[in-house]
Amino acid sequence: MSDAVSALEGAREDGFATVEELGLKGMITLRGGLDTPEVGAAVEAAVNLAVPGRGEVLIADGGDHAVAWMSPDELLLVMSYEEAEASLAGMRDALQDQHALVVNVSDARAVFQVSGAGCREVIAKLCPVDMSPGAFGPGQFRRTRMAQVPAAFWMPDDQTVQVVCFRSVAVYVFDLLRGASATGGEVGYFG
Amino acid sequence: MLILTCPCCGVTGEETEFAPGGEAHLKRFGPGSTDDEFHGYLFEKVNPRGVHFERWRHANGCGKWFHAARCTVTLEVFGTYSAQTTEPPQDIKDRISAKRPGWSWREFA
Repeated sequence: MSDAVSALEGAREDGFATVEELGLKGMITLRGGLDTPEVGAAVEAAVNLAVPGRGEVLIADGGDHAVAWMSPDELLLVMSYEEAEASLAGMRDALQDQHALVVNVSDARAVFQVSGAGCREVIAKLCPVDMSPGAFGPGQFRRTRMAQVPAAFWMPDDQTVQVVCFRSVAVYVFDLLRGASATGGEVGYFG
Repeated sequence: MLILTCPCCGVTGEETEFAPGGEAHLKRFGPGSTDDEFHGYLFEKVNPRGVHFERWRHANGCGKWFHAARCTVTLEVFGTYSAQTTEPPQDIKDRISAKRPGWSWREFA
């Protein structure tokens, strides 16, 4: 059995906000009719959460489990890396009669965490998203562009942002976040 | 720069988050059509000064296609709507009529 490692093996950088790679995370992409009871039951069985509404993310167990709304027919389920394969098998069984697709994408993604009072500012420098507290906050999920690559993020709490991107661009995204959070680069726009 | 609202995911984003897909409401001509029809479908696109209907894809977001009605002169966006339609919805047409009386675009007015 090969030894699974994350893209940057937990790289970390402290600027005016702390950027760290969160290591291996289990992630399952589900595509199908999100309003069907079968999909709802499969999601609940996998992460014990309901199907989130448009643009939302639901988080449980202190961030160990989450389910995010990716598009009108797609969800992203987050869990521990070890859990993913078993959850995947369970979901495939539950949805075998449905027009649905379930794939383990754990090894195709990298996850970063930006924490500290300046976390909103770091994201605002890189993404065309209104990061003011009134416009984006915990519970919301946003897929967007981070400089030149697609990325998605959510806020577990008001001082933390978690960013998901493709593993192939993990180094690029880490360098972006590191540059945007470098000490001396504070703008103080969000107070 | 255009500010578009994706009708599929509800996100209001700026132009770089989306990918343009050219003219909307094209009628496709494929196998069985005449050469003239196929030529028209491939090459004869309208390029109006004023009201225009376009296809856009939320490429860095939910990935879905949608339609947008906008003005090519002022870059004003009149509205966005589902791509699963053959003509612009009435509320979009009404909004354009309020701002550009007498407009027409191909067979729509």
